Amino acid sequence: MTEILQPFINYFYIVASVFFIVGLKMLNHASTARRGNVVSGIGMLIAVIATCLYTGMEFHWIIVGCLIGAAIGAVASYAVKMTAMPEMVGLFNGFGGLASLMVSWAEFHKWHDMGWTEYYATLGTGAPDSTAFTAFAIAFTALVGAVTFSGSLVAYLKLSERITGKPILFAGQQIVNGLILVVALGAITYLCIAPEASVAYTVFTVIMVTGLIIGVTSVIPIGGADMPVVISLLNSYSGIAAAAAGFIILNNVLIVAGALVGASGIILTKIMCKAMNRSLANVLFSGFGSTTTTAKAGAVQGEAKPISADDAFYILEAARSVVVVPGYGMAVAQAQHVVRELGELLAKNGCDVKYAIHPVAGRMPGHMNVLLAEANVPYEQLVEPPDVNPVMATVDVAIVIGANDVVNPAAREDETSPIYGMPIINVDEAKTCFVLKRSMASGFAGVENPLFFKDNTRMLFGDAKASVTALVGQFKDAG
Amino acid sequence: MLGLLFFVFVLAIFLGVELISKVPSQLHTPLMSGSNAISGITIVGALVATGQPHGGTLVTVLGVIAVAAAMINVVGGYLVTDRMLAMFKRKDGGSK
Repeated sequence: MTEILQPFINYFYIVASVFFIVGLKMLNHASTARRGNVVSGIGMLIAVIATCLYTGMEFHWIIVGCLIGAAIGAVASYAVKMTAMPEMVGLFNGFGGLASLMVSWAEFHKWHDMGWTEYYATLGTGAPDSTAFTAFAIAFTALVGAVTFSGSLVAYLKLSERITGKPILFAGQQIVNGLILVVALGAITYLCIAPEASVAYTVFTVIMVTGLIIGVTSVIPIGGADMPVVISLLNSYSGIAAAAAGFIILNNVLIVAGALVGASGIILTKIMCKAMNRSLANVLFSGFGSTTTTAKAGAVQGEAKPISADDAFYILEAARSVVVVPGYGMAVAQAQHVVRELGELLAKNGCDVKYAIHPVAGRMPGHMNVLLAEANVPYEQLVEPPDVNPVMATVDVAIVIGANDVVNPAAREDETSPIYGMPIINVDEAKTCFVLKRSMASGFAGVENPLFFKDNTRMLFGDAKASVTALVGQFKDAG
Repeated sequence: MLGLLFFVFVLAIFLGVELISKVPSQLHTPLMSGSNAISGITIVGALVATGQPHGGTLVTVLGVIAVAAAMINVVGGYLVTDRMLAMFKRKDGGSK
């Protein structure tokens, strides 16, 4: 029965690829995004079913693997809190990398075990009959898959704060990283030249191990605030690994889907870097934020002026326009729902409320948008820095909730600041600026924030959720 | 065959760049987790490794790990994306 279907498997793969492309396209618009995700999911289902049509497939172990994976994936995706979304996406991504690594190992083992003539015979017609090519595809998939896997795990540990979110640096780190990379590339070259050497299996193991090490050593020096870049980049790697696996078994849907993901990850990485006015190399290698820069004398002087919730309420009650700037602190405090409540009360009081979202606020691209969407903040109230900055001087109150570096005027004023040149939200230009913060500690980038000492800034110390709840309580009492 | 696959690969990269570069920042997270789910396509390779009786025990073990890991990526990725987009959609229905 499956015999007659063999010639059509490739056509099913083409259909699956089209579903992926259309699905991604639909993800471009809020109104079609959810359906787009379903379309892409159907594409995946088609690809899986088509693969199961190959002659001679045995299903018992496949079913075991599918059930385990599907159960874990389903439970994890429903259990995860929206605030924990960055680490969850990172973790899922890591499993994609692990899968590619395992596929390359399995294919290498077969290739090594049965000899390449027989191995190519199992791939069917169109096999490259080039050992160097297959060796390269296998080795490259193993390397990128391993980097994706261990890198994503480290990102997960950092984001979930199981290990410190600060950069972890040691002396000679970049030299060590460089040497490991040289070993990995040397091993890949050797495997391509002498795939049938007696040490080939050892060489392949070296590639896998160096890949795992590179993933760890390349992510640990990157600070929490730079995680949006890392997550995007690892996402891209997992796509590249999948595409490379496609070149091992000569499968077009793997190549197309992998390339799409690889490209989308690179684009997001670029957008994130641009939002921080830094190059990718700077993000990856600078160990940004490992030291707290001492601000120049005169740049940061004066005293931070605290304000009580009572006084903050009186100012807000009189305000005609308010801009809320959320950051990672809002996610940590789980304050998004009570923030929305405050926004509604302000609006009811006749105030114009906007939420200004910086592209790198939070720990992954679009993190704040997801949280505010969860809290039911109307989409029209979300604005981006270029829309809100020109009118900032007319804003009565800017409320900064758990954001720091993205509102740091040093990025505009202080050429010696590490974040100089980064586009920020100019909350310091608002008539009054409230900063909700737990303490005076600097942000994840470790940069002093002169905003806290400006004349028009008032610090509302305490847990963001507790502070906003207090304000909401005041409004309710007054109303 | 190889030349054709490279051709497809390069075209797909350019297509991916075109598809993604205009996405609004509001949708960055769902886009990332949605494309992350697509990277689970490596399940196709995992199925082949597991289901084809060519390799012996080690290949089967590696294959099952690969299938399970890819399945976590696929199922988790699509469901979590759907959960996020459901929140976006709720308000958009009224406003657009």
